[in-house]
Amino acid sequence: MKHIEANNVNAYYGENHVLKDISLTMKANTVTAFIGPSGCGKSTFLRCLNRMNDYIDSFRKEGDIFIEGKDIYDKKVRVEELRQKVGMVFQKPNPFPKTIFENVAYGLKIQGIKSKSVLEEAVEKSLKQAALWNEVKDSLHKSALSLSGGQQQRVCIARALAVEPSTLLMDEPASALDPISTAKIEDLIAELKENYTIVIVTHNMQQAARVSDKTAFFYMGNLIEYDKTKELFTNPKHERTENYITGRFG
Amino acid sequence: MTKLNQNRIIDSAFKYFGIFCTFFGLIVLAIFIFNILAEGLQRIDWDFLTNLPSRRPAKAGILTAWTGTAWILGLTAIISIPLGVAAGVYLEEYGKKNRLASIIEINIANLAGVPSIIYGLLGLEIFVRTLNFGGSLLAGAFTLALLILPIIIVATREALKAVPKSLREASFGMGATKWQTIWYQTLPAASGGILTGIILALSRAVGETAPLIVIGALAYVPFVATNPMDEFTVLPMQIFNWVSRPQHGFVVNAAAAIIILLLITFIMNGIAIYLRNKWQKKVNW
Amino acid sequence: MKNTGEKIIEGALAFSGLITILTTLGIIWVLVSESFSFFQVVSVTDFLTDTEWTPLFTQKHYGILPLLTGTFLTTAIAILTAMPIGIAIAVYLSEYAPKNFRKSLKPALEVLAAVPTVVYGFFALTVVTPFLQNIIPDLGSFNALSAGLVMGIMIIPMISSLSEDALHALPKSLREASYGMGATRFQTAFKVAVPAASSGIIVSIILAVARAIGETMIVAIAAGQQPILTLDPRDAVETITAYIVQVSLGDVPHGSLAYKTIFAAGITLFIFTFVLNNISFWIKKKYQEKYD
Repeated sequence: MKHIEANNVNAYYGENHVLKDISLTMKANTVTAFIGPSGCGKSTFLRCLNRMNDYIDSFRKEGDIFIEGKDIYDKKVRVEELRQKVGMVFQKPNPFPKTIFENVAYGLKIQGIKSKSVLEEAVEKSLKQAALWNEVKDSLHKSALSLSGGQQQRVCIARALAVEPSTLLMDEPASALDPISTAKIEDLIAELKENYTIVIVTHNMQQAARVSDKTAFFYMGNLIEYDKTKELFTNPKHERTENYITGRFG
Repeated sequence: MTKLNQNRIIDSAFKYFGIFCTFFGLIVLAIFIFNILAEGLQRIDWDFLTNLPSRRPAKAGILTAWTGTAWILGLTAIISIPLGVAAGVYLEEYGKKNRLASIIEINIANLAGVPSIIYGLLGLEIFVRTLNFGGSLLAGAFTLALLILPIIIVATREALKAVPKSLREASFGMGATKWQTIWYQTLPAASGGILTGIILALSRAVGETAPLIVIGALAYVPFVATNPMDEFTVLPMQIFNWVSRPQHGFVVNAAAAIIILLLITFIMNGIAIYLRNKWQKKVNW
Repeated sequence: MKNTGEKIIEGALAFSGLITILTTLGIIWVLVSESFSFFQVVSVTDFLTDTEWTPLFTQKHYGILPLLTGTFLTTAIAILTAMPIGIAIAVYLSEYAPKNFRKSLKPALEVLAAVPTVVYGFFALTVVTPFLQNIIPDLGSFNALSAGLVMGIMIIPMISSLSEDALHALPKSLREASYGMGATRFQTAFKVAVPAASSGIIVSIILAVARAIGETMIVAIAAGQQPILTLDPRDAVETITAYIVQVSLGDVPHGSLAYKTIFAAGITLFIFTFVLNNISFWIKKKYQEKYD
């Protein structure tokens, strides 16, 4: 089943044409990696999927994106609801300067959920899913900023999971972390795949190869190649892809 | 080589001149405070704080003045804080590119340079006469609130500007609306800086005299204000009144009242500086 | 699609911003309307050329000149005091002082600006004037000199802080070029840094002038209330602001011509500070364009 479908997406920052006619589909409960050199458009495309680019004044988009069959840029769609369905984890861990509990419960609270037991249950469940529960269950009311970088990033993941999204967008989630924390995040992605559709932007090709089912290679705003990860890394169809994955540029 | 030597002498001479200038103002202030303490400290006792004003210097107290100052402080805070913070939020978070916001911005810079006595004339016509508040606490508080509004707005904007973009993104990414993001994340994160600005602005209001003279605050108020429509005096008014009297006894009273006023001002500024340092350390996450 | 709650909040926030515009309009309206009826009685020519200001006497004259010279005199004394000291501090802090020295001294200097002006007035009247009378025997107990000097001390941090910011913002390479030529710190500061930061320093002085013109309590307490056309700093003078205070303290009936004089005086003051402030914005803007 098609979970995400993009048809002829073009995007511009002012005069800059940053995404050129991107069309691709992603299946539910898969991990898709976006790779490519800096400025190739992979993050921009990721941010189109939950409309985070809406806040950039000069940004303009053409073409359609459907998630679970719904046109997410339709005028009737409330962007807040979209983002509850399509969660996001950012490059640098960005927990709120509040307690761990408050961080994870935030999404539910802004939906108006006040019941303490519901919140507690959701926080515990999400932290368990993010493989952080055992480390923080006794310090839920400590500041999230007191945690290590890797733990902070997992708080951010738990925070995104707490509102039960169907899709999780990850924008280079491990680029600011040490190797051990990175490994934990990667393990986590493999587990989360069972319940979520995951899209991950990464600079690290080994990481793409390890965690993803399919990989999309972007270059200068074009989608050059999109294929099963194994296929793309072992048998790239395009010369540019080959040059990139073998480290000849980028 | 004499030219070179000469240059070096000038160079170090200026260094000492610079140090002298840097401390000049502070030393003058210190001399003054010492003078004030020598003159006024002996006058401060319980009676001085709890007595009503009187024509005889030895019996006069500052009860009406400091309660008036407390009233003005409270009322001005109630009026100016919500307005100032709201306007700051609007300019920084909403009005990034619209015309209204850029007009407001230029206007605020201009208002910040308007002499305080002009605000007095505004208050006199608008609050005292047109709205018929008379020379009441409420008229004084509204006048001072308008006076310090630009300070609070600018401080709010600076504090919001220092909140990292990642925090806003995290909240938007969770499906929060703009206002939810501001209310739950941006404002709390900026609260230290905003509070610093508010306290500095209020300390400015506490020390103001000229606009209150113009709106008709009285130097002699023989009762303690009990509601916002009462006539009032404040510490700076009381000091001004005593300074202008010929008897030495009143000059001593003025010195004593100045000690109290400076104490309030310095405590408020101290709190503000403390908060600013604490907040600046925290903001680098 | 925006939900209505969000729209209402945005509207309320924008309204708060609008209050500041209403304030400006209110100031202009109040000043213009009251002085308009003043100028229906007193001609603008008389107002600007008559050398006497005696609205409260039986023999009435409405010449603003004595108030202008009083304002000019105290402002000039204040600026002549604050400018050399303020700039010397700025140069010292940015070019000479160790970094942590600079960080702790700048806020310390701000204390000078935090002291209420009525307190400075007391200081001028009871400490500075008696002290100056030892040196200048024929100095009156109210005089422009003492008020101006104390006002100068008050505005030192305005000049030093803004000038220091301007010096501090200069690129390091500029100074290094000068040091590389074998220049001393003094030469670098005054031949390279100060000229390069001159627009910022000029802005600080203009703003200080505007502040001094609008200052009220120091002059009301220590400079006297005699509108005399003089430029002798030993004389008692009356500034525009001090006159407004004088009228406000008396019981001039509302609506009388004497009452309207404070608005005519007020609009004069407002025009001066408004023009000065806008010159400073203009310089600041030009300067920013140059460096961006």
